[in-house]
Order: sequence, then structure tokens, then C-alpha cells
Amino acid sequence: MATINFGYTISKPRAIDMDRNNLRKSDEILREMPELQACIGCGSCTAVCTAGNLTSFNFRRVHTLIRRGEYQGAYEEMNKCMLCGKCRLVCPRGINTRGVAMLIKRKLGDNRS
Amino acid sequence: MNKRVIVIGGGAAGMQAALRLKESGVEPTIVEREAETGGKLRDWYVLFPSFTPAADVLGELRRRVAERHIEVMTSTGVKSFTSREVTLDDGRRLACDAVVLATGFTLFDASLKEEYGYGLYDNVFTSADIERMLSRGRVAKADGSRPRRIALLHCVGSRDEKVCQQHCSRVCCITGVKQAMELKKLFPEADVFNFYMDIRMFGPGYEEMYREAQQKYNIHFVRGRISEASPTIDGRVQIKAEDTLTGRPLRMSVDMLVLLVGMRANDDNAALAEGAGLRRAPSGFIAPRNLFLGNVESDAAGIFLAGTVSAPKNIGETLNEATAAADAAVEYLKRS
Ligand SMILES: Cc1cc2nc3c(=O)[nH]c(=O)nc-3n(C[C@H](O)[C@H](O)[C@H](O)COP(=O)(O)OP(=O)(O)OC[C@H]3O[C@@H](n4cnc5c(N)ncnc54)[C@H](O)[C@@H]3O)c2cc1C
Ligand code: SF4
Ligand code: SF4
Ligand code: SF4
Repeated sequence: MATINFGYTISKPRAIDMDRNNLRKSDEILREMPELQACIGCGSCTAVCTAGNLTSFNFRRVHTLIRRGEYQGAYEEMNKCMLCGKCRLVCPRGINTRGVAMLIKRKLGDNRS
Repeated sequence: MNKRVIVIGGGAAGMQAALRLKESGVEPTIVEREAETGGKLRDWYVLFPSFTPAADVLGELRRRVAERHIEVMTSTGVKSFTSREVTLDDGRRLACDAVVLATGFTLFDASLKEEYGYGLYDNVFTSADIERMLSRGRVAKADGSRPRRIALLHCVGSRDEKVCQQHCSRVCCITGVKQAMELKKLFPEADVFNFYMDIRMFGPGYEEMYREAQQKYNIHFVRGRISEASPTIDGRVQIKAEDTLTGRPLRMSVDMLVLLVGMRANDDNAALAEGAGLRRAPSGFIAPRNLFLGNVESDAAGIFLAGTVSAPKNIGETLNEATAAADAAVEYLKRS
């Protein structure tokens, strides 16, 4: 039977559902670079980010979402990063953010294959 | 100096003020409403930021008070007072030459925030409950099992106009960090989340402890205030918040929800202040005469303020202030 078009769609729930999300990848990332857990969400990395100033890429938001187990679209977002390393120069918690960027790409890249 | 100073309240502030007065040759009398001295310290397990047992600090203060033969009247509440006379709940009056007011604070009653279900649902606790459970050596869910996921909520009864408490209670952020670490030590397999509006780490070593909680203890900090909690069919608690750093609503069910309750002004501050001619801050705490050059003095001559009666403070600040209040009282007695 053909689907009837009612002229609207039901939007997907936007909520982050921590009961459903699988934190395995996120835990792997944090185990390899526990320093990312010390992030205080200040946004300095995003403020200086070369890619973020030219595209909608928001590094802070992407790595926060990953820590909540929200991986969808994260790999594609991370590909906007050009690994310039400017974020690492400003992080007040001394996080090797460039290293984090590379690690996320590697881990989420694995996920896709 | 043959002078008598009445110290109202026998918590950390009252005991320290009395010790200092005695040291300066003044006769102090501690008047305490409860059956024993100690105030809130009696209920805490280990203290931030050093994990020192509260019983060590309290035991030492009590030992000194006993050793120096300081007069302590317990189970004796104060109804009203002036700098020269203190009226007890039973109507008796005690004459004196000055007063140190050290009546402390009141814990916020978490059941007033009905949306969090304290007292209604199993497995919703306050930070004070957790301290008591830690002291008894047994932290567990209502059914006795081990929690797998725990959430702590900051600012319950503080920074909240809905419950007429606009001030920041200062110590609950660091208490939340401390308890998150303790819970993680007890339940290493559990995920622990702290939901906060701002993280305020005002004391020495506190920021370092926060960082340790993040990096070493793997405690998750989520910036967003829980809007409501509801019971699930299997006795857990479902919570909702916005994860403001990702701009998305977030929900999860937890085995334990811990409400980090704030410090509020005592209900009898209004009556005590009126009788003695003291001023109250908008928060309801007793206002010092001057926030810089007279912060242990009150608006009334001969009445001094020590500890959390004038604002939320940690124990170190409370003890320092008690010493300063006693010194100010001694100076006043010399002049009068
Ligand atoms: C959950 C929580 C955890 C905390 N943990 C720590 C910690 O780990 N480290 C730290 O440094 N600080 C901690 N604090 C802060 C600490 O509790 C306070 O700094 C300390 O208790 C203040 O002492 P106080 O003597 O001013 O007040 P209180 O402890 O409140 O003592 C006041 C005393 O006055 C008596 N009293 C009140 N009214 C009357 C009256 N009318 N007549 C006679 N007596 C009266 C009361 O019975 C009480 O004994 C914590 C606070 C909270 C809320
Ligand atoms: S390394 Fe990547 S995330 Fe960091 S500033 Fe450069 S482009 Fe942005
Ligand atoms: S600069 Fe560092 S602390 Fe700030 S948001 Fe980026 S990673 Fe987190
Ligand atoms: S110390 Fe933290 S939890 Fe307590 S009222 Fe202030 S901001 Fe809220």
C-alpha cells in the first residue's frame, strides 16, 4: 500500500537519550585520552578554530556530543578540522585538543568501516 | 577582666569564639539549643577538600572546650537578646556584657522542590542524607542494591527565586564534587553525573579537586539544571535537563538522585534581629555592620557575628571569623 502523504512529517526526538545511547566508543576515546574529561566547556577551542571560523564546525560541541554517545554526523563534522593545532594553544585545561581531534577521527572512522 | 560574654549557638563558630574569649581572659558561656554541641558538623562524614573526618575536627574543638572549663548550657534555646541580657526559650534571663551570635544556618528543605520528588519517590536523597549514609558505612538504593548510575543536582534551594532563595550557598558545588568522588570510590562500576548551572570552586584546593573528579574519577559534568524527576516502573528515577553545551534536551534514568541542598537563613533570624536591633540581608542572613571594616560586628554595639549566621561559609572561614568576632568583643569590653 502506498504511503499516504499527509503533508507533514513527524520530527525525530531531539533529546539525548542516555538510556539508549551506547557509550562504548566514547569510553574508548576517554580511556585513551582521559584529559578530555577535564574539559570545562569554555569554548576557547571553538573561538580560535580555523575551520570553525569558515564553516559551521564547532569543535567543543562535537566533542561534548561524542562524550554523551551522540556519534551521528560527528565523523563528517570532524573532517572539517584541518589539524592546525591552534585550539591546543588556548585550552585552559591543557588538553591536547589536536590529539583529541585525531583520536576522534580514528575511532569514529573505525566505527564506519 | 571580670566580664561575661554569652555565645549563642554551640556549633563550630560558637565553640571557637568561646575558646578565643577564654584565652583573652573573658568568661564565655555557650548557650546551645540542641542536646550537644557541634551544630552541622555532627552530621558530616569527611570534609572537603582534604577528606579529613568531621569527627576529628569536632572532637578536637569539644576537647578544648572541656579542657578549658568553658561553661556550656545545652538543650537551651535563646528566644531573644540584647547586648546585656539573653532571654531563653523557658523565659529565664541571663545577664552579660556582650554577645557573640553564632546560631548558624538551616538546611534547605528539599521537599519544597516538589518537581524532584524528595520524600515522594524512592531513591531521591539529599546531600545531608548521603553524609549520614556514609557515616553509617552503608550507601545503597532504597531496596538495598548497588546503584549503577547516580546523578547529583547542584543548586537545590539556592539561586532559585521560586523558593525565595536568591543567594549562592557556596559550599554545595564542592560538596557535590566531594560526594561524587566518594560515591565513585564505593561504586567504581557506576556512572556519576553532576548537573550544574555554574561550578563555583571558591576555596583553596577546590578547583584542583574538581579537576581530579573529572579526570581521575571519570565523573561527568553536565551544564544544565534538571527540570523534573519522575519515578520509573522499576523504581528508578527519570530526569530531564537541557545539556546546554550541546543545546539539546537530555534525559536518562538513574538509580539514585542526590539533591545538593543549600544553606538558608534560620527562621528565627527575623525575631532575634528585631529584638536586638540587627539588620538582615535580603537573603535573611544577619548583615554585618560593614562588609569590609566591620564584618564580624553588627549594627548593635556589643553584639558580634561569627560563622554562618551572617552568610554561607566553609568551616575554615567560620573558625577564622569566630576568632575575629571574639577579638572584637574583647576590644569592645576594654572600651566599655
Ligand atoms: C551538605 C553540607 C556539607 C558541608 N561540608 C563541609 C565540609 O566538608 N567542609 C567545610 O569546610 N564545610 C562544610 N560545610 C559547611 C559547614 O557545615 C559550616 O561551615 C559550619 O557548620 C558552620 O558552623 P556554624 O557554627 O556557623 O553553624 P552551625 O553548624 O549551624 O551551628 C549553629 C549552632 O547554633 C545552634 N542554635 C541555632 N539557633 C539557636 C538558638 N536560637 N539558641 C541556641 N542555639 C541555637 C544550633 O543548634 C547549632 O548547634 C558543609 C555544609 C553543608 C550544607
Ligand atoms: S586543530 Fe582542528 S579543531 Fe583545532 S583549531 Fe585547528 S581546525 Fe580547529
Ligand atoms: S578549550 Fe579546552 S576546556 Fe575549553 S572547551 Fe575546548 S577542550 Fe574544553
Ligand atoms: S555553590 Fe554551586 S551548587 Fe551551591 S548554590 Fe552556589 S552554584 Fe549552586
